[in-house]
Amino acid sequence: MSHEAHVAHHFDDAEQQYDACSLGMWIFLTTEILFFGALFTAYAMYRSEYPQAFAHASSHLSVWWGGFNTAVLLGSSLTMVLAHHAARTGHQENLVRNLWLTVLQGGGFLAVKAIEYSDKFAHHLYPGAGFEYHGADPGQAEIFFSLYFAMTGFHALHMVIGIAIVATLAVLAARGKFTPRSHLPVEMTGLYWHFVDIVWVFLYPLLYLIR
Amino acid sequence: MTPAAATDRRHYLNASYTAASWLFTVDHKRIGILYLLSVTFFFLLGGAAAVAFRLELLTPAGDLVTAETYNNLFTVHGVVMVFFFLIPAIPAVLGNFLVPLMIGAKDLAFPKLNLTSWWLFMIGGAITLGAVITGGVDTGWTFYTPYSSTYANTSVSTAIIGVFLTGFASILTGLNFIVTIHTMRAPGMTWFRLPLFIWAHYAASLIMVLGTPVVATVLVLVVLERSLGLGIFNPNLGGDPLLFQHLFWFYSHPAVYIMILPAMGVVTEIIAAFSGRRIFGYKFIAFSSLAIAGLGFLVWGHHMFVSGQSMYAGIIFSFLSFLVAIPSAVKVFNWTATLYKGQVRMLTPMVYAMGFMGLFTIGGLTGLFLAAMALDVHFHDTYFVVAHFHYIMVGGAVMAYLGGIHYWWPKITGKLYHEWWGRISAVVIFLGFNLTFFPQFLLGYLGMPRRYYAYPEEFQVLNVMSSAGASILGIGYLIPLVYLVWSLKYGPDAGPNPWGAKGLEWETYSPPPTLNFDTTPVVECEAYDYAAGEMAPELPGTQGHGSSTSEEAGSSEP
Ligand SMILES: [Cu+2]
Repeated sequence: MSHEAHVAHHFDDAEQQYDACSLGMWIFLTTEILFFGALFTAYAMYRSEYPQAFAHASSHLSVWWGGFNTAVLLGSSLTMVLAHHAARTGHQENLVRNLWLTVLQGGGFLAVKAIEYSDKFAHHLYPGAGFEYHGADPGQAEIFFSLYFAMTGFHALHMVIGIAIVATLAVLAARGKFTPRSHLPVEMTGLYWHFVDIVWVFLYPLLYLIR
Repeated sequence: MTPAAATDRRHYLNASYTAASWLFTVDHKRIGILYLLSVTFFFLLGGAAAVAFRLELLTPAGDLVTAETYNNLFTVHGVVMVFFFLIPAIPAVLGNFLVPLMIGAKDLAFPKLNLTSWWLFMIGGAITLGAVITGGVDTGWTFYTPYSSTYANTSVSTAIIGVFLTGFASILTGLNFIVTIHTMRAPGMTWFRLPLFIWAHYAASLIMVLGTPVVATVLVLVVLERSLGLGIFNPNLGGDPLLFQHLFWFYSHPAVYIMILPAMGVVTEIIAAFSGRRIFGYKFIAFSSLAIAGLGFLVWGHHMFVSGQSMYAGIIFSFLSFLVAIPSAVKVFNWTATLYKGQVRMLTPMVYAMGFMGLFTIGGLTGLFLAAMALDVHFHDTYFVVAHFHYIMVGGAVMAYLGGIHYWWPKITGKLYHEWWGRISAVVIFLGFNLTFFPQFLLGYLGMPRRYYAYPEEFQVLNVMSSAGASILGIGYLIPLVYLVWSLKYGPDAGPNPWGAKGLEWETYSPPPTLNFDTTPVVECEAYDYAAGEMAPELPGTQGHGSSTSEEAGSSEP
């Protein structure tokens, strides 16, 4: 049987492998939606239960840093798409450059996140024994910041994993591992990257903007 | 096939003997074996904890163990049995082994993910065992907040991390099954030619994929609450412990269907094979699996009737819980109709399947008592609940698991076990089970609450009956362990199809070669294509090499 080198032994052909991998990736992203879904549910419940406390606590977040990060992430999604396009059309230099640009923007996002976190710590706006809050309903505000750290923390964890994968792809791409016929990892990673991006697109208005 | 060829032939078991060839295998059949050994270990561990607390409950006074130890014992029993035995048992052992074989594929779609799943399971199991050794866990398997998040001084976080990892093992298994069933079917294997075992696993996989992430998140939040001081479930801040219960049961009610749907799939295969008939109502059984999986996500609130959730929510949850009885009953009626006028052969797997039907029916009907809001006020947190879910999980899922292990044992190992011992053990387990758990319905009806290590004297007779039943049940579980292991060395060769059953898995060798089939099979007929009058020998142990089986073998000969 003629078996192309990039097709694993248990698949009949490249088409079957492609179908399996993309369906698998979409199912994985569905599990991710439910993973974050539990957090969004918790947020929605407390937001409707404690609207004033949440609005006031939310005013301690920097809309500008959050907006800047949103722009950075959208930019990284653009470079990820360009990377996939370059892989499909066989422009290896473009592929490598766009993958590194994606890594760079992902790193920038995390750096801004670190600035924001350290600002919250400096003002004792982190849940636990050290929490200090000068406003009404400090308990409810503490729940807000619990959700803030849990949701953005899980998102940041996904960013770290994504950056590691994209960087690996960039190294492999530089070695010429991807061809127009065989670049499934680039496409699958792209799906993951866009998903993580979309989660932020929901987090930003919910945590920073709604007052 | 001559006996000499059978021993010389390369198959998945003798492909290589090194430890690494097992621990890092990507062969779905070997991973199934790894899971078989692992879940057997966890079953014995969870069973040992049950033996200990059933001994304590022999007497009304709390005399054998302390209250704290008792709490640790029932928590270990619950956590280990639910997360490390029942949820992986049928899918990860039998499903792993059979899904590719039944659809005519060489392997699951993602063999390396499959191996990752087993490793995550083992690492999660080791961490949870670590929690048991270092101080134990006393929250019950439900980890209810705020006790688990704020007050418990035991190794709750460690146990949860272990459960969290094994949850990912479950997600990966479910994901693998869904993709495999969609993309890896052999030519001619249409959706409605799939064995119903596959439909059942497909439905269960949907739950694994859609439910598990939610419980994973909520358990991580409990760990973060304990370690970093997050306050999402903390009532002192205005947090709501009921939110935990909602999210926990959003997974943990459907989790019961992760156990019971594959069990129903196993029973369907056995009943068709040992009635020698095409299954009655194929599409009804197929779609009832999906219906159970779908409805299962909408009924979690029946665990919270007395928790303070809204009465209107309670009414809706109660109604939806009643609805689940419909697709469940559809299956039972279709099985019964398949048996009707069938040529029923009461071999070991069939004894288990019949036991399943009876016990599952009792478990299901008592579930209706609990789904009724007014009755549940009386039964909530009593032994009635304990008896109910053991009828489903042990009487149902474990009976089917053992039936399936027996049914496919010749395929997995290439050997036949001792038929007489098989039937004896199935009967012992059935009797022991009923003696253990039927008295618990009565105890619950009389008002004995669960999770207490001491009780009033008037409950003693029923408790002694239950403990006596547990010892019979324990012996019943040990017998197969002995004769199945014995069969590996001394059992006669099974041949490709000792039962005269239909299905692609019976058309290849026993044990199958590493890539399952010599050539990709082409499916040309419906599932369960049993022709009237065509029967396999009554006792395969004595006539395993009869003419009918070697003809079957001929079709897969190179
Ligand atoms: Cu339930």
